Amino acid sequence: MNIVYFAWVRERIGLPQEKVETSAATVNDLIAELRDREERYAAAFADTSALRVALDQELSDFDAPLAGVKEVAFFPPMTGG
Amino acid sequence: MTVRVQAEPFDAGAELNAFSEGRTDVGAVVSFTGVVRDTNGTLQDMLIEHYPGMTEKAIGKIVDEAVARWDLADALVIHRYGPLKPGAPIMMVATASAHRAAAFAAADFLMDYLKSRAPFWKKEVTAEGAAWVAAKDEDEDALKRW
Repeated sequence: MNIVYFAWVRERIGLPQEKVETSAATVNDLIAELRDREERYAAAFADTSALRVALDQELSDFDAPLAGVKEVAFFPPMTGG
Repeated sequence: MTVRVQAEPFDAGAELNAFSEGRTDVGAVVSFTGVVRDTNGTLQDMLIEHYPGMTEKAIGKIVDEAVARWDLADALVIHRYGPLKPGAPIMMVATASAHRAAAFAAADFLMDYLKSRAPFWKKEVTAEGAAWVAAKDEDEDALKRW
């Protein structure tokens, strides 16, 4: 699975994207795995209310299942316009 | 319907002329241009990051929703990314319809959704450093109007 990060999430983790082998069933499960890896992940995912998630480039929810998903994106609330 | 996501500058006047040119079926064209604002006189650059692929899809969905809600003859969305200087155009929307109410409402709807549902992030660079622009609650609340 490809994980991509944007804006301060990318800066805090220090990577724009990475490949991850995971059996996480939901986005929340994936976040729990990432948090346990290293402090920089724990810091980025400390408060999920400050984050948004997209699955295969569609906005989604943290309790959404990951079955069949190829790309997960984490980013702060969007500031377009 | 046209959606363009680009690093290059655009000429809002020329875009609007091209959008309107040769149309005899519309009675109203509404446009909005968003410009990099230097609130405190300290802004050096506005950096705009986006999610290539999702950006185009998300804007396309927002435009489809506007077309489903209002009787639009045409719509245009241009949004830039990359480093922008104060005063530079960031984005524009234009809508064309038989009547002005639909053109105004659709342009307003497009702007509200582009602010909060298109994957762009703004970072302001000043002499003191760089800081991400936080999303505003009022921008999220604005979606409830629709």
